[in-house]
Amino acid sequence: MMTTLAYVVAYLGLVFFLIACGARFMMWSKMPMHVRWELYPVAHEGGGKAAYGGSYLEETDWWTKKREVSLVGELKVMVPEILFLVALREHNKKLWTRSFPFHFGLYLVGGVTALMLVGGLVVGYLPESIAAPVGKFISWVVPFLGGAGLVLGIIGAMGLFMRRRGRELRDYTAPADLFNLVFFMVTFGVALVTFVGFDRDFFMVETFILNLVTFNLAPIGDGTAGMLLALSVVLLAVLVAYIPTTHMSHFIGKYFAYHSIRWSDEPNLAGGKQEKTIHELLSRPVTWSAPHIKADGKKSWLDVTLEDDDNETT
Amino acid sequence: MKQPDSVKDMGRRPGEPLAQINQFEQIPLPPPFDKLEDEPEFAQLSDAAREKYVVLDDTIAVNIEKPTTKEEEDKLVNGFLSGLEKLFSVEDNWTFLQPFEMSMEHCAKCHTCSDACPIYEESGRNELYRPVYRSEILRRIYFKYVKKASPSLHGDIDLNWETVARLIELSYRCNLCRRCAQTCPIGADNGLLSREIRKIASMEMGIVPKELHDDGSVLQLKVGSSTGMTPMIVKDNIEFIDEDTAERTGYPIETPFDVQGADILLIHNAGEIMAWPENPGAFATLFEAAGLSWTLSSDVIGYDGINYGVWYDDVQFARVAVRHAQVAKKLGVKKIVLGECGHAHKALTVIADKILTGDLNIPRESAIVTMRDILRSGVIKIDKSRNDFPVTLHDPCNMVRLMGIVSPQREIIHAVVPEGRFREMVPHGVENYCCGGGSGFAIMSGHNFQDWRHRMTGRRKFRQILDAFQDESMDPSHMKYLCAPCSNCKGQIRDIITYYDAFEKAGIYYGGLVELIVNAMEDVQPGFIDWEWH
Repeated sequence: MMTTLAYVVAYLGLVFFLIACGARFMMWSKMPMHVRWELYPVAHEGGGKAAYGGSYLEETDWWTKKREVSLVGELKVMVPEILFLVALREHNKKLWTRSFPFHFGLYLVGGVTALMLVGGLVVGYLPESIAAPVGKFISWVVPFLGGAGLVLGIIGAMGLFMRRRGRELRDYTAPADLFNLVFFMVTFGVALVTFVGFDRDFFMVETFILNLVTFNLAPIGDGTAGMLLALSVVLLAVLVAYIPTTHMSHFIGKYFAYHSIRWSDEPNLAGGKQEKTIHELLSRPVTWSAPHIKADGKKSWLDVTLEDDDNETT
Repeated sequence: MKQPDSVKDMGRRPGEPLAQINQFEQIPLPPPFDKLEDEPEFAQLSDAAREKYVVLDDTIAVNIEKPTTKEEEDKLVNGFLSGLEKLFSVEDNWTFLQPFEMSMEHCAKCHTCSDACPIYEESGRNELYRPVYRSEILRRIYFKYVKKASPSLHGDIDLNWETVARLIELSYRCNLCRRCAQTCPIGADNGLLSREIRKIASMEMGIVPKELHDDGSVLQLKVGSSTGMTPMIVKDNIEFIDEDTAERTGYPIETPFDVQGADILLIHNAGEIMAWPENPGAFATLFEAAGLSWTLSSDVIGYDGINYGVWYDDVQFARVAVRHAQVAKKLGVKKIVLGECGHAHKALTVIADKILTGDLNIPRESAIVTMRDILRSGVIKIDKSRNDFPVTLHDPCNMVRLMGIVSPQREIIHAVVPEGRFREMVPHGVENYCCGGGSGFAIMSGHNFQDWRHRMTGRRKFRQILDAFQDESMDPSHMKYLCAPCSNCKGQIRDIITYYDAFEKAGIYYGGLVELIVNAMEDVQPGFIDWEWH
């Protein structure tokens, strides 16, 4: 019964996670064009400019020249940033010592789960000649990385929790912030107890995931082991579903914070593709109420911008 | 040092200042200004001002009168909430909707940005000036009173007229330098949130410092310049500047006005024409010597590149930007070149980029880039020995961190200053510190606000200036040049040098970049930089 519930919650959690992440992604990507608000250094600036924070605006007649945009430059910043939280290490080392293990623990747990999913598909659907070595490799690597991920995640969450309770951050901490960290600690803690006490080779959880991807809802484990496995799965699934509904979805927002804001330096060239969008936005009505705006809810941005010059004082 | 105990204090302790700085507890400056007891006395806010206006801390920037009736109190609260809702609307705030929402939703309140803020640091880490303090209040108001979310999720705050009025005041304790945003591990921008609070106040409630609105953008739109100069006065002044410059340089110039079809429309910050005439004089000398096709405009607004809307109001911003473009269109120039004014650079080149379309989308370029290319071309002969004095460079935030113009000003300095004479401030370039006059502060001086900005916002820059020259004699006869290629920065730097008497006591002189070039031009008489305090 518990295992069946775990399968159902796991499916629901994953589906909800994907839908919620997709919705978040769509929300950010569908936002209207905004005025440029970039912040240098911009990692994709070519010609060696990114290294010191320069831009194409350093060139004479820049609008007549081809912009050098370096994807490699972006990757050189983004990959270390995602993996090692480089900006945090540079600007707040104290927090990094807590945040890095937490995030890296999550990556390991997520990565191991993905690995087991892939392994499950390979074992479930590919011939023995391929499935056997892959299964062996996964069986060898998963307990090591999974265990490390859980331990790092718990240590990091505890460190972050203590820091949020400290003098400097206490006043800026809502109960929900503490709940989130406790949620991580409990979920990872139960998973760690299951791993250490009953599933040191990750056999049960690997089987569970294999069953999950092959839609085989067979019971796994019995007694305490089965209960703990089911509880771990339920907690993880609920946590996964919960994350994108909170500000912890910053892993999605951060992509837009960099690519659509901080590094968004594409110029609006005369006659270029952006002008149509700008025209559309300038035709939107303005409802700001201060007298000098002279808006009536019908006048557009263009109308109020081109108002006569007898601007009102406040 | 008095400081708030909690974010919730914003709506509590009625009538009391939430923070007060003891000048004798501040971090001492480098020599020869390292004795706190020798520093000028911090002017106190008058009792009359404390009685009449909302009190936040040691000073007043916005002059929000205390409400006398319940209706007036409600008007403040409701106006603020109404404006806050509009910040989330595509119609009213497409201009900043995505950056705004990103910063409202994703700040982890980790305080990484605090150490990056020179105001917070120089205040002795006073809680009131922590970048997250003000944005956290805005977030809590939004989630609790607009979204009706439980305070358990996003934190609690009392909302009354004093919360609102103090928060608006507090939005004018930030230079909008965005150094905080640069360090945010997630990409939140608490500097932007200061600007968005200012927008609610201005665009919804009609509350804004007089210097920025009535005497700023309104005056500019009305007569052509926030200096009050009309087209006729500008032409007269430039004629006088041409004569005076020619007398100093021995190089005759006549600044061209309204030349139809010129390659370049040069737009100065009109403050240069009023306060630093050697700057437009030097530009005219350099551009004429380089044989450029250029012109100034005598059309209303065409001779003043400032755009104060960039600090507080998107509509005022758009109005001024469009008029700048209209002037260029009328003249049929190939490009607009912006003189030494940081916020004019960012306003017209970067932010207005998503506003100007069609025949108003006329290319814009920094004068620093233009000057760099003049020097590269070799058309001007340079005698570096004329600049044989210590030089340091202040980077205007708008040019470096917010536009990525970092290298050209350094290339110019290396081309006109002898080797070993230039020293960088620490940090510099995109990691620079604001002069302390950013976001309009350089032109704001009501009550004791000028003293406050010297003590709080400009102190880090003054510290950097002194540090840059520490290996030089601080004897006043040993002159040192602080190059600040931005009109507002120069205003702030002039004020802080005056405040500490640093010209008389330490020989620290300041000026622009083009002056350094002309001072080294072989074709002009030596001594363009006169080392006289103006």
